[in-house]
Amino acid sequence: MFRWIVTRDLMLAWRRRADVLSTLFFFVIVVSLFPLGIGPETQLLRSIAPGVVWVAALLASMLSLGRVFANDYADGTLEQLLLTPQPLYLVVLGKVAAQWLVSELPLVLIAPLIGVQFGLASDTLSILFLSLLMGTPVLSLIGSIGAALTLGLRGGGALIAILILPLYIPVLIFGAGAVDASIMGADPQANLLLLAAVLVLSMVFAPWATSAALRISLE
Amino acid sequence: MLEVINLECIRGGRTLFGGLNLSVPPGAFVQVTGANGSGKTSLLRTICGLLPPESGEVRWQGTDIRKLGEDFATSLTYLGHRNGIKEELTSLENLRVTCGLSGSKITREQAGEALSRTGLAGKEDLPARFLSEGQRRRAALARLVTSDATLWVLDEVLASLDTAAVGLVNSLLEEHLSNGGIAVVATHQDLNVSAGSFQRLELGEVAGGPAPTESHS
Repeated sequence: MFRWIVTRDLMLAWRRRADVLSTLFFFVIVVSLFPLGIGPETQLLRSIAPGVVWVAALLASMLSLGRVFANDYADGTLEQLLLTPQPLYLVVLGKVAAQWLVSELPLVLIAPLIGVQFGLASDTLSILFLSLLMGTPVLSLIGSIGAALTLGLRGGGALIAILILPLYIPVLIFGAGAVDASIMGADPQANLLLLAAVLVLSMVFAPWATSAALRISLE
Repeated sequence: MLEVINLECIRGGRTLFGGLNLSVPPGAFVQVTGANGSGKTSLLRTICGLLPPESGEVRWQGTDIRKLGEDFATSLTYLGHRNGIKEELTSLENLRVTCGLSGSKITREQAGEALSRTGLAGKEDLPARFLSEGQRRRAALARLVTSDATLWVLDEVLASLDTAAVGLVNSLLEEHLSNGGIAVVATHQDLNVSAGSFQRLELGEVAGGPAPTESHS
């Protein structure tokens, strides 16, 4: 049944490709504006690269998060999902997995390519890829709590950002820290391990918190 | 057997109903009526477990539904006043996904048959956003055709349906009740269901206590 939720959401995303592409293009454009604005100062670009890419990833995830539950809420399918004979935890995990595949994975895949604009070396690019691969699921998981809490509220988009961006700070620090370490020639392992720990923690607790928030929103 | 015991519902600081008792044996059908805002939808959502009761409880086969959790969900089909149809998907996909999610996988042919019974033959592969309001409602009704749940909770089921579709709802209910099913239906229009026993629950007048105001077999 977990499979059904993921398939359903992937099918829906395929029918609304424009939504998905807009997130990706937003990320690419924001990241590309910095080298254009700053000019060819390799040293400066290289030192700001980790922060820029990671902050752009956080902002891009804000764009897609509002849609995770809002559409299902509006047409009544969310009620139906709540009444299916399976733990809500799995329903939430399925929806978050689909959201990550659709909105975050393309961004992870393209990051090494746009990292080249900042003059990053190839081993740094692979660390950037790895840190995003581990960090973006956390963004989806934590973000789903905010999406569930703001369901049915007017101006929910801005509210999600205010609620959720502060919670993203650990991911930002460890993710950008890993890339930074790699640029300095240090070992990024410590940061990556911390990122993995955050991922495991949020995988256990975030769907649970989201489920509780969904039940409250649907009362 | 569905039992509602001493149920109280408060929305936005206003008591919609209190001390509501209801007992529905297999093969029985409850029609919930009442003015707009009298709490019909709230009652139905409480019976489904979407809305926690202020006090009192809803029991399914003798056990509180909050303890049953997902086990209760297997015996329930809920049709809310929003259809639960995804506009991007075709009515066939909608039906198959909904069935898949509730654990009863159906084939393309079975789904096609269910949809043609609701009068959507030839429109199965049309994305639901091209369907009219009544046709979307019919697509939602296809869930009842495929449902093997014992308890049906239907909210304003006749809204935007034409006469033919009202007849379909009647015959679906008759089949369901004669198989020992239970149905709780909120509607203003009268249903013409000949099978099973019938209770009418008028909300807005029950604040003091007793439940069904009319009952016949």
